[in-house]
Order: sequence, then structure tokens, then C-alpha cells
Amino acid sequence: MNKLAFLLAAMLIAGPGATLASGGADLRMEAVEINRLDVASLQRGARNFVNYCLNCHSAKYMRYQRLTDLGIDSSMIEGNLMFASRKIGDTMTAAMTPADAKAWFGLPPPDLSVEAHVRGTDWLYNYFLGFYRDDQAASGWNNIVFPNVAMPHVAWQLSGIGKLVETEYDDHEKAQAALIAIKGLAKLEPGKNGKWIIQTVQPDPDAPGTMTPVQYELWVADLVNYLDYMAEPDKNKRISIGIGVLIYLGVLFAFAYALKRSYWKEVH
Amino acid sequence: MQKILNWIDARFPLTALWESQWGKYVAPKNFNFWYYFGSLAMFVLVLQLATGILLTMNYKPDAARAFESVEYIMRDVEWGWLIRYMHSTGASAFFIVVYLHMFRGLMYGSYRKPRELTWIFGCLIYLCLMAEAFFGYLLPWGQMSYWGAQVIVNLFATVPFIGEGLSQWIRGDYTISDITLNRFFAFHVAAVPLALLGLVAAHMMALHETGSNNPDGIEIKQQPKNPATGLPLDGIYSHPYYTIKDIVGVIFFLVVFSIILFFVPDMGGYFLEANNYIPANPLQTPEHIAPVWYFTPYYAILRAVPSKLFPFLPASQFYGVLAMGVSAMIFFALPWLDRSKVKSIRYRGTLYKSWLAAFVVSFLILGYLGVVPVTVWGQFADGFPMYAADRATVLARVLTVIYFLFFILMPWYTARDKTKPVPDRVT
Repeated sequence: MNKLAFLLAAMLIAGPGATLASGGADLRMEAVEINRLDVASLQRGARNFVNYCLNCHSAKYMRYQRLTDLGIDSSMIEGNLMFASRKIGDTMTAAMTPADAKAWFGLPPPDLSVEAHVRGTDWLYNYFLGFYRDDQAASGWNNIVFPNVAMPHVAWQLSGIGKLVETEYDDHEKAQAALIAIKGLAKLEPGKNGKWIIQTVQPDPDAPGTMTPVQYELWVADLVNYLDYMAEPDKNKRISIGIGVLIYLGVLFAFAYALKRSYWKEVH
Repeated sequence: MQKILNWIDARFPLTALWESQWGKYVAPKNFNFWYYFGSLAMFVLVLQLATGILLTMNYKPDAARAFESVEYIMRDVEWGWLIRYMHSTGASAFFIVVYLHMFRGLMYGSYRKPRELTWIFGCLIYLCLMAEAFFGYLLPWGQMSYWGAQVIVNLFATVPFIGEGLSQWIRGDYTISDITLNRFFAFHVAAVPLALLGLVAAHMMALHETGSNNPDGIEIKQQPKNPATGLPLDGIYSHPYYTIKDIVGVIFFLVVFSIILFFVPDMGGYFLEANNYIPANPLQTPEHIAPVWYFTPYYAILRAVPSKLFPFLPASQFYGVLAMGVSAMIFFALPWLDRSKVKSIRYRGTLYKSWLAAFVVSFLILGYLGVVPVTVWGQFADGFPMYAADRATVLARVLTVIYFLFFILMPWYTARDKTKPVPDRVT
């Protein structure tokens, strides 16, 4: 009976729970600019993915061979993007074992095959821009998009070390106005004593990365573009076929409608 | 050709069946836009059966492999993505088409005598369709599949005395598990489709026995016959007139269907939910469990009914479950609730029109409220006259009452309504 009560309660208060989790805070994300037809961007994204994500995360529904979609030839895939022991028909599985993952991070990193469907591309983009240094966190990193995430900032050498900047406002309206004025990723959170705090991540001038902020944003956009591709490799095909189907149906409709008119002339 | 046909007809009533069911079936000539949805429902049914059969060829009803087999279909099976998107879009399309088809019935009084059985078969089809959708939704074995099924099966657990055993009996386990997945698969691909097909055949045969209603609610069978054709004055043969008209309807439907299928197959999370791309995890309850959009009006009714409904009875979620069940079943009673002299909304008075409008608005807003958390509009302040509560919940309660009053008060307001005289000929 307890389990039942819990489930019903979960169902009936699932709503409020969900809003409490996000309702107090207001996350303002930056829209990612990606182009599903930009093959060069997808290729760079695939490289970024293999170099930075695949050590810990799998994409176990994605075959290496499929990367030929992106104009990468088989020898390039085998030579540069795969571990030597794998075959090109294999799916992308992480170098790290799930047992190690659990020991190191407390939980296995999620499979990324369809992560772009789960999170959406804007979320993923902002997530990679949301890391900041946090000595309280086990990994040494925290994230304003995904607070207390177990994952460390693996690309910190590229982006440099970000730090959390908090600005306090006396009332909600002022804070909201300030939030709107900020360009890029920012988060509005209730603070103590009825005050409101806006959080942003700023680069630490003492610890710059090997890339400029703009270069890093493009690097992330390429990666997100690739993740979006990987979530549905047939997306481009789907859209281009869709255009053809609609043209065909349009013509068919015109003929069918003309036929109907001619038949129904006798009825009216 | 004629020889072969004669040979068959001597042994099986092929020509007679074709002529009674469609070829020589006489229908009113004034069907309007709303009459497309019956043939469209039939079309979507065939689409779902065809794509469903193809999906079963690669889908694995196994808790360990179901999710990956769907991804396998999406990536490695030739045209698998197309088949699967057709099936997932088709599920929502089915409900859109059926809801519009039912609304047509409400507007023009198609459930009235002598078509009560057509209506009842239709209601049974609707219930089967809900069961079909519910069983099918578990199969991708994502988080929403899993927890949605968990919540719905647990509704049965609220039934007094036998509830706990009943829900276990449905699941075949203490939680939703591989066993549940297997039996839901059996229901989804065999049992319910068989029932659906039988009911659809009965629905069609009953309709073709009584003849179709029309936007004027005039019985064309009672009209004098046209001496030239031998048909009722406002009757025409379905074939070729409605055959060709329905083909136009199907093509138009396919245009809309294709726009969704090829360009927005997840329809912003309403047709395919983002959470369902996470494999089912029995240990992790999602923050927000909501049913797919076509169930949300009923879900909103479920949530709206307070567990302490009657002060003299124990608190129980069963009242909400009961209200939800009754709200889906109450359609059966319509032929006996409506006591108006006329069938069609065209000749009804403002009283009925207002109630129908209130019902439709309630249904739509309840549908919206079922998608969002109950806190969506915040709370009434402490000074609220009755009690402090979520605004959305209070509205959902009001709308639930209107939903039921539409039916309960129907004998009264339809009998009192000022109707207009019905003409002899269709307009």
C-alpha cells in the first residue's frame, strides 16, 4: 500500500515538484546556431566527440561506419577516430568500463546516442558554457545549467577556467530586468532574505584557455551539431524526402480535386 | 472476369457484400467537411496496421532489448525511421481524427435513433483505441513509457478491496517489468487490434443498415423516391461520389500528416516525448509524469477530483479514478440522454448550442491542464473565499463539473430547447 500511495502521490504532486525544481530559478539560455547541412562543422563535431566525450560516454547505437555520412572515408575513421581493437561496423562504446565509471563518478555517464533528443540542442550548448570552478564539488567543477553535475569540465584546457559571478538584487523586478539585459547564459535564483541573485559564468583572466571564448563557442556548437546528427542520422534524408513527398501530394491533390469536381457536377 | 465473379457469387456473397456496404450504398448528398473523418479513421487504422506489422519484424519485446531495438529500427533498418515515425505520428493522428469524428456525431445527433448501435460500437472502438495506445506506449521502453504505465496500472490499485491484487494481475509482477512488457506487446499487436477490426466491421455494418445521418439530421430513407433513379430524393450512391470525395480527403490528410512526419515528427514533445529517449529506469522516477496529449483531458479530471470527496466516506484516490472512468464511458449513454425533437445542431436552440460549446471548451482546457503541472497558474491567496488551492486545480474542478453536467442535464435542456422546424429536403 505504501508503494501505491507513493506512486499516486508522485503522480499528483509531480507537477508541483517539477515547478519547484525549475520554478524558483529562471535559466536564460543562449540559442545555439548550428546548421545540419554544414558537413565541415559535423566533421569537426565528430572529432571533438571522439576526442573529448567517448572516453567516458558511449554512443552505443551509433556505428563508426555511419560517419561516412559526414564525408569521412573509412580509412580516416579507422585510422583516426577508432580505437585500434574495434571494427568499423561496431558501435561507439566508451573506453571506460561501467564499473570504473561508477567508482569514479558515482554513476555511469549516460549514453549519448540520443542525448540531443532528451535535452535539446540549446540545453547542450549552454551546458558546455555553464561550467565553473567549484572547490566544494567532488570533481572540482560545477555547472549553472546542471547544478552539482558529476561530470568534470573535460574541455577546460580549451575554454580556460570559468568562475561563478553572482550579483545580488533587492527585488524580483529589478533582477528580472537585469536578466533580460544580460546577453548569453545567465540564471536568476532566489537568494537569502527575499533578495534575488543572478549567476553568470565569467572567464578567469588568470587562467585562460588555448581558445578565445568565441573559438570555444564555435567548438561547442560543432560538437552540439554532431550530437544532434547522431541522435537521428537520417534527419537530413527525412527532410529532403519530405519536400519531395509534399510536392508529389500537392500535384496528386490537384488532380484528385479536379476529378471530384467533375464527378460531383451531376450531383449539384 | 464476369465468369469468375459469377463463380464466386454462387459460393460467397461477394457482389452482395460490396453493394450493400459501399458500391450501391445510398448516402445523403450533403455531407460536409466533418464527414471526412470517418473514412480518415479507417485510413489511419490501415496505416497503423501496416506500419505496425513492419515494426514487429524488428522490434524486440524484451525489457533488456526493447529500447535498443527501437533505435536499431531508427538507424539500421532500411526505411525503419520512416515506418516508425509513420506509426508514432499515426497514433496521434488517429486520436485527432477520432475526436473530430465523435464531435461530428455530437453536432449532428448521429447517435440518435435509429443509430444507437452504430454509436455504441463507435464508443467501444474509442475505448479499444485508448487501450491500444496505452499498451503500445509501453513498448519503446523509455522513461515515460515505463512510468506512465506504472501510474495507469496503479490507478486500478485504488479500487476498494481488490485493487492491489487487480493491479498485480494486470502487470503480472509487483512492478512494471519484462513480463508486463511481453503481455502488453501481445495485447498491442494481437488482442486489441483483433477486437478493433471486429468492432470497426460492426460499426460499418450497423451504419450501412440504418443509413448515414447528415448535417441536417434528415432521414433520407423516409423521403419519396426519385422516379428516374429509384433513390431517395437527397440520396446518391457512395460509389463513385463519396469514393472520389474521400480520396481527396485522404490526400489532404496526407499533406498535413507528412508535414508533421517529415519535419516535426516529435511535434515539440507532444507526439514523442523527450523523456522517452531515456531508457526505462525503475529506480529513477521522472520529475514530471504526464500522459500523451490524447489522454490529458481525462488525466486532468483524475487530478481534479479530491481524495476527500465525501466527508462521510474514507479519503481515497478511487473517486478520481472513478470519475475518469465514467467520463470516458458516459458517451455510451448519449442516445438515451438526448430528448430533443431534432438531431442536427442546425435546428437546435441556443440552450443546446451553449451546452455543447461549454462541453467542448471544458474538454480542450482540461486537455491543456492535463499537460501542465497543477501549479501552472500559481495559488489563490489565503483570502480566497473557499480554501487556498492551486488556481489550475480549482478551474479543473469547475470544468470537470461542466463536463459531467453536459451529460447529466441533457435530458432536461434538450427537451426544453427551442428548436427550429426541420425541412423535408437537405439544404
